[in-house]
Amino acid sequence: MLLAWALILVLSFVYSEMYLIKFTKGEVAMASIVQVAELRKRFGKEVTALGGVDLDVPAGGVFALLGPNGAGKTTLIRVLATLIEADSGTARVAGADVAAEPAAVRAAIGLAGQYAAVDEYLTGAENLEMVGRLYGLGRREARRRGEEVLERFGLAEAAGRYAKTYSGGMRRRLDLAASLVGRPALLILDEPTTGIDPASRRDVWDMIERLVDGGTTVLLTTQYLEEADRLADRIAVIDRGRIVSEGTADELKDRTGGAVIALGLAAADRDKAAATLTGAVPEGDTGLHIPAPNGYADLRTTVDALVAQGIEPTAVALRKPTLDDVFLELTAAAR
Amino acid sequence: MTAIAAPARPGLTRLITDTAVITRRNLRHTLRIPGVLPLSAVMPVIFILMFTYVFGGAVTASLPPGAEDAYVNWLIPGLIAQFALFSGANTAAGMADDLQKGSVDRFRSLPMARLAVPAGRTVADLTRALFTVLVMLGVGALIGFRWQTDLLHVLAAIGLVLAFAFSVAWMMVTVGLLIRSAEAVQAAVYMLVFPLGFTSAVFVPVETMPGWLQTFAAHQPVTVVAGAMRGLMLGPDALPAGHTVTGDILWTLAWSAALVAVFAPLATRAYERA
Repeated sequence: MLLAWALILVLSFVYSEMYLIKFTKGEVAMASIVQVAELRKRFGKEVTALGGVDLDVPAGGVFALLGPNGAGKTTLIRVLATLIEADSGTARVAGADVAAEPAAVRAAIGLAGQYAAVDEYLTGAENLEMVGRLYGLGRREARRRGEEVLERFGLAEAAGRYAKTYSGGMRRRLDLAASLVGRPALLILDEPTTGIDPASRRDVWDMIERLVDGGTTVLLTTQYLEEADRLADRIAVIDRGRIVSEGTADELKDRTGGAVIALGLAAADRDKAAATLTGAVPEGDTGLHIPAPNGYADLRTTVDALVAQGIEPTAVALRKPTLDDVFLELTAAAR
Repeated sequence: MTAIAAPARPGLTRLITDTAVITRRNLRHTLRIPGVLPLSAVMPVIFILMFTYVFGGAVTASLPPGAEDAYVNWLIPGLIAQFALFSGANTAAGMADDLQKGSVDRFRSLPMARLAVPAGRTVADLTRALFTVLVMLGVGALIGFRWQTDLLHVLAAIGLVLAFAFSVAWMMVTVGLLIRSAEAVQAAVYMLVFPLGFTSAVFVPVETMPGWLQTFAAHQPVTVVAGAMRGLMLGPDALPAGHTVTGDILWTLAWSAALVAVFAPLATRAYERA
């Protein structure tokens, strides 16, 4: 008996020495909190999730990675959170290399994944205390910070209930709270509002904004333009494993050329019209959006071109581009 | 820049603290998730009743001298060994569940000891294994099981079977991490444990099996653990010729050590790549 336990103890010790994390105190004084260069990742032979990503996320504020499903957002997040290794390229988070110094990266980040990873059979308070302890805090400090964060996220009253009894929005908030117990320099949120109702979505937005006021840098992924427009200081549009454009929301909108022509057409004319006009992006069944960098002059050329083809638009408007236009144009160009 | 939360702590202390935190979490799951504890008692009880009353009469004649008057005496220590293996199904399923629900992603993004999540699972499941052993001894006692040695030997037997259960749990953690889906894990685990459980000396003496099977059956882990349990609870007479109590205890320890030595690194690697 004793021999068995002694053996097990010795073996565990040996493994712990082999696998233990060693904290390196990263020098974290930099303008960029995330620096990514030429990052590539393939799954199997067919799927290129990241096809050479370069990215620079400045410290402070919200940075949004905007892209459709399957664009590589989650893969990039998982590399940055040290959950998977890239095939090639480099990524540094808070000054530490994700491949060489994962422990330092983990100490600097908080992660809330796509599905709220809360422990259903622990109470809200127990969930946060556990995560705090795993960040290396003592029991009392972990409990104190848990209470503080629960308060901040409007969950103080539900602190003693099992997370199983929480609504979807409350779970999301608890998950967010858990990623903040360690007071991370960088908070990584993978689609923080996917699958929750509009009211809870606004709650989560408010909380993210307050976090940034408190000095945390937030890197989030989203497929909602509205979300990126509302929250993000800078946006990188990602499509098919590449960053196709990057800048502030206004810069991105300007890149479309300052104006957009929105056309309404008879359904039968739509494809013919799309073939005639360069840069046309379909919208719904009968709409077309065309970038108009020269404003009215472009509008006239466009209408003339349509009339020459015998097509009469049912509606014509010249307006400021939305982020939607930018996004559609950028991702359509790549296809 | 916000200060980084984690203070540097020496590695082994950190491993122990983190393992304790995860163990506590898993124990809370065991106690709070409806059905977990009752279900880990139901199967052993069904086995005890079924084998005692259905097979008991047929097998008694071929038992070693120390056990021939009561099949239940021979069966209970053996079944305890078998359920040390079977209850690993829950360990594997729990690990796969943590993967599916995203808990493992969260843990892996935290600055905690890598080994702590698999270790916390195996340590917490020891408590469930102990619960199962006690239920089996209790139900056994109700239908006539009486140990023939003293309390000290019985306690040694419990300790020994827990060491074996602990080593099996490392194997099951690996299976859970590799298979990933809680549903598929159950099937995979039973494919692993049923052949091992039934080609052992748990239900019938190895001597009644065909020759080619005997060699395997006599040395495989469940048989030697069952032997050690019987030796410790019933005395040396309950063992078949050629087996000694010390021998089976040493075999049990060797199997346990081997399983931990192989599967603890595999589990840790599977966890890191999960």
